[in-house]
Amino acid sequence: MSKVKQITAIEAAELIKDGMTVMVGGFMDNGTPEEIIDALVEREVKHLTIICNDAGWGRKKNRQTGEYEGKPLGVGKLVDHRQVKKLIASHVGLNPEFGEQYTKGVTELELVPQGTLAERIRCGGAGLGGFYTPTGVGTDVANGKETKVIGDTEYLLELPLRADVALIKGHVVDKKGNIRYIGSERNFNPLMAMAADTVIVLADKLVEAGEIGPDYVETSGIFVDYIVSKEGEE
Amino acid sequence: MEDVKNFIAARVAKELQDGDIVNLGIGLPTLIPHHLDPSVHITLQSENGFVGLKPVEKGQENPHIVNSGGIMAGIAPDGAFFDSGTSFAIIRGGHVDATVLGALQVDENGNIANWIIPGKMVPGMGGAMDLVVGAKKVIVAMEHTNKGKPKILKSCTLPLTAKGQVDLIITEMGVMEVTADGIALKEYNPEYTIEQIQAATEATLIIDEDIKPMI
Repeated sequence: MSKVKQITAIEAAELIKDGMTVMVGGFMDNGTPEEIIDALVEREVKHLTIICNDAGWGRKKNRQTGEYEGKPLGVGKLVDHRQVKKLIASHVGLNPEFGEQYTKGVTELELVPQGTLAERIRCGGAGLGGFYTPTGVGTDVANGKETKVIGDTEYLLELPLRADVALIKGHVVDKKGNIRYIGSERNFNPLMAMAADTVIVLADKLVEAGEIGPDYVETSGIFVDYIVSKEGEE
Repeated sequence: MEDVKNFIAARVAKELQDGDIVNLGIGLPTLIPHHLDPSVHITLQSENGFVGLKPVEKGQENPHIVNSGGIMAGIAPDGAFFDSGTSFAIIRGGHVDATVLGALQVDENGNIANWIIPGKMVPGMGGAMDLVVGAKKVIVAMEHTNKGKPKILKSCTLPLTAKGQVDLIITEMGVMEVTADGIALKEYNPEYTIEQIQAATEATLIIDEDIKPMI
């Protein structure tokens, strides 16, 4: 009997309460669970702390009218609907609307070097208390952080990150929650799968348990709680 | 402008060795592969999670593959995908031979600033801080000045991306090496005099004994 449940995108969004910390896998809109993000927009879940590589693609500002136009993608949709209280990310430059919200003090931002972000999430899922990295030594990133010289290199202590919920995307997912990814869509997804209390995977394709095969499973279903199938209900 | 960028990219291309694993920043550095000698084959790393980065070929578009700018890209048949944790283990772990990136400022201590202009532009560092710390060789490829304002300084004034990590600076005016004594001008573009190059540089250039024209 599998503990992994198949639910709809709206049911997934209902698991996320106002003020929660949510990890969102993907890089811009590559490997992001778009349909679950859409459901979060529909449910108007507010005051979220989002941990994601970036702020997604934002809408573009029309230079004549000053209005934002077009369609945001990835976490950009949550930014657009002002559902993000705080963002922990490595890069927000492709979402001008986020930049404006941050400048106006609407959203908080913690910028983290991309490799440090990945490793902090990995630590969060791996039961580690943190790690020493040479990245950021001598920069603003080092402010307030413990440093340590090991050998002849100076390192910063970086602490783990965890979330209430992780929203990830898999290409082929079996009914036990085992995941195979495709292309560059792995990115933060396998790391976030381990670092949250509740893990929801959006599946391009849902197959029977065992159909992927142990040799090809990249994220074990033991990390996954819920599956949302893009192909809809079975 | 495109000519200046290609001129710089062509010179950077000569720094790369056959078999190197290279990470290229966005903008100018992406022109470098067009200028490689046909005998030099490099493997490009894309920090969002693969090696074997290639331009997308017509008819081979794959929406599941993007480069580190989030734009659709291609991968070589002998490339490999991995997650962000592995990608940055590759970067920090010294498995990348060279990274080429642009900069807002660099200085004579090898410091680099390229991720933030406080109050003006807060794009974030992305993978740049890890790359400049982890890559074996850090090459800054950029225009020598910002519309006449020096970018090669005695000391960076913008927040740093990393301290003391820059090895080589290549601009349309010359090739400069960061040494323990300061910035040494190794090659110069004969379109400029040494005096003109120095005038466009805030840091005091050490004029190399064996200085030669930039090819």
